[in-house]
Amino acid sequence: MKKRGIGIAVGTHPAGLKGGGDPSQAQIRLKPDGTFDLLNGAVDIGQGCKTILRQLAADELDVPLENITHQNIDTDTGPMCTGTFASRVTFMDGNAVLAAAADLKKKIREWAAEYFECSPADVEVANNKVFVKGVPEKSLSMAEVGAMVNWGGKFLVGTGAYTPGPGQQFDPDTGKMTAIASLAFGCCVAEVEVDTETGVVDVLKLVQVFEVGKAMNRLLCKGQNNGGAMMGIGFGLTENVCPYYPTMDFAVQDLTDYVITTAADMPPVMVEDIVEVPHPNGPRGAKGYSEMTASLAGPAILNAIHNAIGVWVTDYPATPERILKALEAAHA
Amino acid sequence: MAEYVGQPVLRYDGIGHVTARTRYVDDIQLPGMLYIKVLTSPVHKGIIRHLDTSAAERMPGVAGVITAKDVPGKNAYGLIPDQPVFTPEHIRYKGERIAAVAAVDEDTAMEALEKIKLDIEEQEPVFDPFKAMEPGAPLVRPEGNVWEFNSGKTRKIRFGDVEKGFAEADVIVEGTYTTATNDHAPMEPQVSVAYIDETDRLAIYTVSQDLYFHLGMLTAIFNLPMNKIRYIGGTVGGGFGSKNDIHCDHVAGLMALKIRKPVKYRLTRREETAYTTKRGPWTFYFKDGVKKDGRIIARYVKTVHDTGGYAGMGPYVVDKNSILVAGPYAIPNVWVDGICVFTNKPPASSMRGFGIINGTAADQLQTARVAEAIGKDPWEVHFINAWREGDLGATQFKVEAAGLIEAMKRAAELAGIELPAHLKAMSSRGR
Repeated sequence: MKKRGIGIAVGTHPAGLKGGGDPSQAQIRLKPDGTFDLLNGAVDIGQGCKTILRQLAADELDVPLENITHQNIDTDTGPMCTGTFASRVTFMDGNAVLAAAADLKKKIREWAAEYFECSPADVEVANNKVFVKGVPEKSLSMAEVGAMVNWGGKFLVGTGAYTPGPGQQFDPDTGKMTAIASLAFGCCVAEVEVDTETGVVDVLKLVQVFEVGKAMNRLLCKGQNNGGAMMGIGFGLTENVCPYYPTMDFAVQDLTDYVITTAADMPPVMVEDIVEVPHPNGPRGAKGYSEMTASLAGPAILNAIHNAIGVWVTDYPATPERILKALEAAHA
Repeated sequence: MAEYVGQPVLRYDGIGHVTARTRYVDDIQLPGMLYIKVLTSPVHKGIIRHLDTSAAERMPGVAGVITAKDVPGKNAYGLIPDQPVFTPEHIRYKGERIAAVAAVDEDTAMEALEKIKLDIEEQEPVFDPFKAMEPGAPLVRPEGNVWEFNSGKTRKIRFGDVEKGFAEADVIVEGTYTTATNDHAPMEPQVSVAYIDETDRLAIYTVSQDLYFHLGMLTAIFNLPMNKIRYIGGTVGGGFGSKNDIHCDHVAGLMALKIRKPVKYRLTRREETAYTTKRGPWTFYFKDGVKKDGRIIARYVKTVHDTGGYAGMGPYVVDKNSILVAGPYAIPNVWVDGICVFTNKPPASSMRGFGIINGTAADQLQTARVAEAIGKDPWEVHFINAWREGDLGATQFKVEAAGLIEAMKRAAELAGIELPAHLKAMSSRGR
């Protein structure tokens, strides 16, 4: 018999190293034609940090996005980044990039103040131009500034760094540990159909909503949300390196036996969305959240299985074998 | 005013990725490049009694063989640096590295591996973390099978008074949950290319997720300052935490330093799946004290994490799990005991969430069962217990920019679920 059920799961996720103390740095250089190089040590593992760090730099400098390159090629040129892990790059490197852009703007203002013979406070850097507030004839394009600065024997480089605070140890007695850079939130609703004869579960619909502070790039969030759902479905239903745990018998050795969710296994109805509660310390309010996209589908599916067949499967993944055994035990 | 943040800007390197213009590490071919294969332990636990690589070294086409003796610095790495690049003596999991060969091609390197004479005294392994904790269990580690935190053999979280909470509760709900060993299965397997560059520095093309973090570990292994290593990376074909640990750069770097020729070391999918770090398995025991109205007033959690043969990130993962395993709820009394156990398996490490996904997996089944036990809709239990602004977590952090209620309301709406008016009226901004 095929039975349908609905399950929900909620969760939270922190950004950054447990205990804090994980800095990142960024550097932005003005080139002779008024374009910019953003140097940074974060690795793009597919999440799109090269894209969103440029978006942040372009907004802060108020220049076209295509005028900014991002380079993270090696440790000779890329400033320090603790690493691409723990959903930390948007938060930490994003703040470092904003700081570097603000520093460069300050240096451009100081250079322009000398050129325009005014106070740096009267110089505005906006709309890809550098000008004196309220004096239209005292205005230079960023291209003119780049040429004059660099050919004039100056070098303007903005640097920025961010750390969520010094590293913390757990209090040994109470476990007190307050270093949490940001907390993102999420909710997943899964609708499943369970075949009570075969134990096979079809996920019919998956709704995922994440509260991310501020979505840097909705397209990349969508990629994270759907990609995370794929991993969450595998976590819930199929993925097990040691099927006879705790033994190592028949431990899987390749992707024939280690069944990951493929595009063909995705639920016919996938809905994802974001909600924004800006974080006071996040770059433009953003939080780190990406790892959480894989956390909720699994428990939502197992809760939906219970809702469908009335018995709990409490071991992940909920394989057909486990579902049939749970049904048998309930009816014994 | 430029406003790119929030816009669906296309990926900076997206077109390059999908048109195969992006150069990944395995695409790199250097003139005269040699290929590395590694001899790994065929047994789960044992002691190397004899290792003789001379026949392999003499084989035509072989450029060099390295073992633990060829590590100029510390033969140890990891977040907790306890895993050897090549084990000099003790074998703690099947697949542990013993020696590496560089040859003109991978087939020749494989053939040379067969010429290495290896005599291992096999020992009884332990796989079950609960058995590993028993007195008299085979020792995975000489210091004992249970990790020592600064709080002892468990990571202790003590918030409020759980016993008082249980006494005041209307219902007690208990449950045990397990999560499995997971593989990251990134599209790009582990690979490294190393060579001595024109300035006589060691250059490594890496798939590392953490250039500086791993650079620090490599300086210790090679006994070189940071500026003598050019660590080239930044673009990775999927990590999910698998590239949060070094798998190839130390071996390739040591080989390049020894033979001073370019080398490539890449794992097959089989080597990647069988021998590299995993998301380790967990067992969770929950006991909740609940009021009839749905408030969870006490939550006791005991966790056992199987970290395999080396600590690596295991204790870190237990720590991170312990902070949030009680869930995103304002529970006034929380007790967590997190235990990290060594077994004779490939080391567990980071994978998407550092143990938080596992905690969520358990806590969300438990919380659904709480709702069942008191006959409430699960939404009700989630809403009334959800953190509000300024609430304290179990480790006494203050919740800032709380947003769970807002996420739940939107998810219910998108799922076509009509929430009761009193839940819809709730907000994370206050209780």
